Amino acid sequence: MLRRVVLILVMIGLIAAGALWVLSAPRVPDSDTLARLDGEPERGRDVFLAAGCGSCHMAPGREADPLVMSGGREFVSDFGKFYAPNISPDPEHGIGDWTQDQFITAVMRGVSPGGQHYYPAFPYTAYIRAEPQDIADLHAYMMTLPRDETASRDHDIGFPFNIRRAVGLWKTLFLQEEWVLTDDLTEEEARGRYLVEALAHCAECHTPRNMLGALDSARWMEGAPNPSGRGRIPPIAGEGFTWTAFDISAYLETGFTPEFDVVGGTMAAVVANLQQLESAEREAIAAYLLRLRD
Amino acid sequence: MAVKRTLASVVLGAVLALPAFADEDPAIAARQGQFKLFAHNFGVVGGMAQGRMDYDAEMAQTAADNLFHLTRVDQGRLWPEGTDSASSEGTRANADIWDNLDDFVSKFVDLQNAVEDLQGVAGSGLDEVRASVMAVGGTCQACHEDYRDEES
Ligand code: HEC
Ligand code: HEC
Ligand code: HEC
Repeated sequence: MLRRVVLILVMIGLIAAGALWVLSAPRVPDSDTLARLDGEPERGRDVFLAAGCGSCHMAPGREADPLVMSGGREFVSDFGKFYAPNISPDPEHGIGDWTQDQFITAVMRGVSPGGQHYYPAFPYTAYIRAEPQDIADLHAYMMTLPRDETASRDHDIGFPFNIRRAVGLWKTLFLQEEWVLTDDLTEEEARGRYLVEALAHCAECHTPRNMLGALDSARWMEGAPNPSGRGRIPPIAGEGFTWTAFDISAYLETGFTPEFDVVGGTMAAVVANLQQLESAEREAIAAYLLRLRD
Repeated sequence: MAVKRTLASVVLGAVLALPAFADEDPAIAARQGQFKLFAHNFGVVGGMAQGRMDYDAEMAQTAADNLFHLTRVDQGRLWPEGTDSASSEGTRANADIWDNLDDFVSKFVDLQNAVEDLQGVAGSGLDEVRASVMAVGGTCQACHEDYRDEES
């Protein structure tokens, strides 16, 4: 409760700071450059799997088709409930009539075709670090997925969080294009960093947040409360995590821990996606996680 | 007299326990022990499939036989109502289990079937074991994805 009051005060304070208002206007990359990229659907499938778009945008039912992006999944946060929208190629209910540069701007900057801010429940906070070419490929691939006519559902969030413009202030404070791990890296570690920090958004679950819902990079991947209920998301960096590179890549491929427990919860979908990629990709992720130790 | 005193302390115990959860049901520890035994035996064939240890037909067969019998233990008394994580301490069993008992049972049957296949191929070579281990693991994962909470 106190937390909520503080949050609301801080948000109101921010909004009241009229001088900041101008900072909250959406900033977007140059759309001509984006429109000229040539999207390659086959490469886009790997991006789709690594970025886990389906984990959030598929239908909520237990046996839902993982390729139908009808939306409807619910995400609980301190600010209210968000519902994933329909992003199937249906032109009316989904995003079938979006241009490539509109799509890239949404995914990499969190700005809608109408110029509004998206909430960071959509992890563009990670995708901002992606290669625009990868997101162009992703767009080409997603346009080959089945159409679905489910209408997107309104979010369930109260004042002041329902003011999208306020998200602009949040972005000014927290949206960061730079890498979190800035050490000198080998080619494999750098690939791992790209997968972890830009596409697979591991930190969205494994890193704790501050009061305004931004990731705490000082405790990067050191485990976090589970936003949607009981239990904790385990650490995958820091003292609490002692797995070897093999343990990590084997887990991402098979779902088996070194004790042969089997993955569950929201991590199961991450494994189901990553196990379809080349083994070098999983090994790169493991190499990156080991670098977080030193 | 002794009986009376025991009764009194049980009642008192119950009253003291009231503000928290109901007394922990022994079924919770029993089923967790069962799952530990699953993992302990699954680790033998899983370890071979992942190349953590060399393939050994006899060891693989024994582990698969154990898994066969372990997954046939009657589940009747292991899942009493009220032993979900919202009502009871010390369990990761999500309350959805009791809202979708048919689905939960069918996921357990999937495990039984996959283990039966594993038992059939465990002695016949690493490639067969590898494919079958992945199939068994898939049934563990499907149930954990829907019905097991994160660890506290
Ligand atoms: C962690 C869950 C999550 C993941 C992963 C995710 N999204 Fe979303 N997405 C959301 C939510 C929630 C929204 C709604 C945001 C809002 O309304 O402000 C959203 C909104 C969108 C929108 C805007 C749709 C519209 O109608 O305006 C697009 C496009 C989109 N996501 C595409 C993607 C793509 C492509 C990926 C993978 C690269 C992806 N999303 C991954 C949760 C997610
Ligand atoms: C949607 C949330 C989410 C995302 C995204 C996510 N994880 Fe996880 N992760 C979890 C949860 C929840 C668990 C616990 C799984 C369980 O209860 O079986 C977990 C467990 C793990 C574990 C096992 C740790 C242990 O001690 O058991 C590893 C390793 C891991 N994740 C790595 C990753 C990596 C690497 C990524 C990015 C490629 C990632 N995770 C992305 C939620 C997530
Ligand atoms: C039909 C559902 C289901 C299937 C199939 C299943 N599990 Fe589980 N498992 C659970 C549930 C529910 C829990 C949580 C039990 C609790 O805490 O009360 C659990 C807990 C566990 C635990 C943690 C035990 C502890 O120490 O508390 C392990 C290890 C485990 N399972 C391994 C496995 C393995 C290995 C398989 C496949 C060979 C498997 N499970 C198949 C539902 C399932």
